[in-house]
Amino acid sequence: MALLEVRDLSITFHRKGEEPSVAVDNISFNVEPGQTVGLVGESGCGKSVTSLAIMGLLPSRGAKVGGSVTFEGEELLGLSQRELDERRGRDLGMVFQDPLSSLNPVVPIGLQISEVLERHRKLGRKEAKAEAAELLNRVGIPDPKRRLDEYPHQLSGGMRQRALIAIALACRPRLLIADEPTTALDVTIQAQILSLLSELVSGTDTALIMITHDLGVVAGLCDEVNVMYGGRIVERAQRHALFAEPRHPYTHGLLASIPRLDAPRGEKLVPIRGSVVDNIAWSRGCAFAPRCPSQLEECWSDPPELVDDRGGMLRCHNPVEVAPMAAEGAR
Amino acid sequence: MSDDVLVTIDDLKVHFPIKRGIVLDRTVGYVYAVDGVSLTINRGETYGLVGESGCGKTTLGRALLRLVEPTDGRADFDGTDLSTLKGEELRTMRRRMQMVFQDPLSSLDPRQSVESLLVEGMRAHGLDKGKEQTHQRLKELLAAVGLPESALRRYPHEFSGGQRQRIGIARALAVEPDLIVADEPVSALDVSVQAQVVNLLEELQDELGLTYLVIAHDLAVVRHISDRIGVMYLGSMVEEADSDELYRQPLHPYTRALLSAIPVPDPVVEDSREQILLSGDLPSPADPPTGCRFHTRCPWRQETLCDTDRPQLREIGEGHRVACHYAEDILEGRLSPHEVEPELVQPDAVTS
Ligand SMILES: Nc1ncnc2c1ncn2[C@@H]1O[C@H](COP(=O)(O)OP(=O)(O)OP(=O)(O)O)[C@@H](O)[C@H]1O
Ligand SMILES: Nc1ncnc2c1ncn2[C@@H]1O[C@H](COP(=O)(O)OP(=O)(O)OP(=O)(O)O)[C@@H](O)[C@H]1O
Ligand code: SF4
Ligand code: SF4
Ligand SMILES: [Mg+2]
Ligand SMILES: [Mg+2]
Repeated sequence: MALLEVRDLSITFHRKGEEPSVAVDNISFNVEPGQTVGLVGESGCGKSVTSLAIMGLLPSRGAKVGGSVTFEGEELLGLSQRELDERRGRDLGMVFQDPLSSLNPVVPIGLQISEVLERHRKLGRKEAKAEAAELLNRVGIPDPKRRLDEYPHQLSGGMRQRALIAIALACRPRLLIADEPTTALDVTIQAQILSLLSELVSGTDTALIMITHDLGVVAGLCDEVNVMYGGRIVERAQRHALFAEPRHPYTHGLLASIPRLDAPRGEKLVPIRGSVVDNIAWSRGCAFAPRCPSQLEECWSDPPELVDDRGGMLRCHNPVEVAPMAAEGAR
Repeated sequence: MSDDVLVTIDDLKVHFPIKRGIVLDRTVGYVYAVDGVSLTINRGETYGLVGESGCGKTTLGRALLRLVEPTDGRADFDGTDLSTLKGEELRTMRRRMQMVFQDPLSSLDPRQSVESLLVEGMRAHGLDKGKEQTHQRLKELLAAVGLPESALRRYPHEFSGGQRQRIGIARALAVEPDLIVADEPVSALDVSVQAQVVNLLEELQDELGLTYLVIAHDLAVVRHISDRIGVMYLGSMVEEADSDELYRQPLHPYTRALLSAIPVPDPVVEDSREQILLSGDLPSPADPPTGCRFHTRCPWRQETLCDTDRPQLREIGEGHRVACHYAEDILEGRLSPHEVEPELVQPDAVTS
């Protein structure tokens, strides 16, 4: 049994006087213990709402969630707030893009950590405080004992993200969800945080869902990658397979369009034409069709299904057969 | 000075006073945003400026365009010291230097149609020469940035991010500049759209012979688009080289760390590369470290010089400048990196 099973998850937002909008459309994936699974895709494709749905953090009014999310076989959707709270403290941890908005600005860092420890791990005051300092130390915050009494605004962006990771790890969760944990950080700080995350999960049975738009981050960190487009998963593959042999025209196009640090200069980038505003509805055909260089006539009338493909999954009528140009050029 | 040089920046400094107190408004310190930077940009070339948040990239660009008054040093544009220009002269010169911003939506007035956004600049600089001619020019501009003519009557919010950035570029081009300072031109855009804008900038340069100063924190984008690259750290230039050379042979410890920190979308590369992980945070530009500004995080820091003497940018190899006392020893492998204890940085030092 997988640690986390997401089955046919759909998320629809209802706003007064507006058509309901489908943000996530029947997505399914598993996360095994110890595994790092990537969710990638561009802005608005539904990455964050997927993670919020798993955590039970979507607003109960206005957002309709369908399908099933099971954690060690137990259904999470439909749990009461109290039960969810319990789960979130004990089994599920989450790290967001913007640490400042997820830390309480008026409570010292140490207290924010020890509160979690007291509530969920039933530690005493003193123990919790010592453990909080130990956690800060573990995430690489210098002089942790002094940090305990400081407020979030007294920490730099990178240190705040470390503090947030410490809170997420406080209860030794079985699953950690990181939603763009480094997007707001500088590259040298991003490298610190990514190496910290991979250190924390590798060799343990803690699983990690890594949400990012950065294919570079995925390439270094994830075992398996789900590529999302317009609220659906369009390709799933092991990390090496995905980059060596991207099968979906969107994945392929992304890899050809991003400049690589190690590519020789003067090579032209091959952009993907248009933008997501050109998408058509999945109910009509393939959402990517208006931008797709491999489109066929049927792509406009016949929605492709997600099917098994070379050890992964693929949703496309006309998959790519050749290696991406960027990879060819760089070697 | 050679004819090929369009921009010369010499020991430029921009220090922002930190004010405290409501009544007296005392100056209690300075943010050393740009602290002695020198560089030249040749006509028709793309100069890339990289470095982490707060290192002074934007301020340098703004000081060049005289959108902020430099504290010291000078900036020459096409052989003229910009500080000697006033009023009308400065305005005329400014037409030749345009800026493209990171966030196209916030830099475009939402109440103005695309047509009025484009005509505004032309009018201000007397380039609006009659209805017929202006319309012709607008059509050319839109074609140049790949937007349909129908865009003229529409408003910025009706466009996607990439299209808005095209409008921003068209607006800069409308006044026929020589130099475009592009500050993070693609970082607000979706990955799948960035390449469109990068290619557009390159095509326009080929066609119009433009000179670019491209400011970005994304070194992969900068390396792709630039002929030469300057790396900044805390208000200083620490290294400058030809774009390929910088990647092949980074000399400054900070550049090495920066290059090694950038994830490459290729698992084969990712699995095998050696990272130089820097410990600690960027110090505050209001309280920069003594000596070499990088010494608090430098894995090659030495007992002598590093903490006390500020290294000057000096040439090692053709066109390759570096500001490190020990660049040669590091290059030849005579010095090896060591662990660095992270020093604490208080983010508020600047603001509170
Ligand atoms: N509370 C909400 N009410 C209405 N629509 C929402 C809400 N939250 C998200 N959406 C919509 O759901 C879609 C998916 O949003 P989501 O935040 O998951 O995107 P994302 O993939 O995380 O993008 P990004 O990379 O920008 O973070 C978007 O179209 C968004 O506008
Ligand atoms: N008008 C101003 N008044 C006071 N301080 C300023 C002002 N503008 C910039 N600064 C400060 O100067 C320093 C350099 O800022 P600048 O915007 O030039 O950095 P940057 O390299 O462009 O960073 P980023 O990558 O975040 O855009 C920062 O510490 C910033 O807070
Ligand atoms: S289904 Fe058709 S339009 Fe969609 S990605 Fe595949 S080839 Fe392109
Ligand atoms: S001068 Fe010293 S501290 Fe500065 S980069 Fe060189 S070795 Fe490092
Ligand atoms: Mg998101
Ligand atoms: Mg800036």
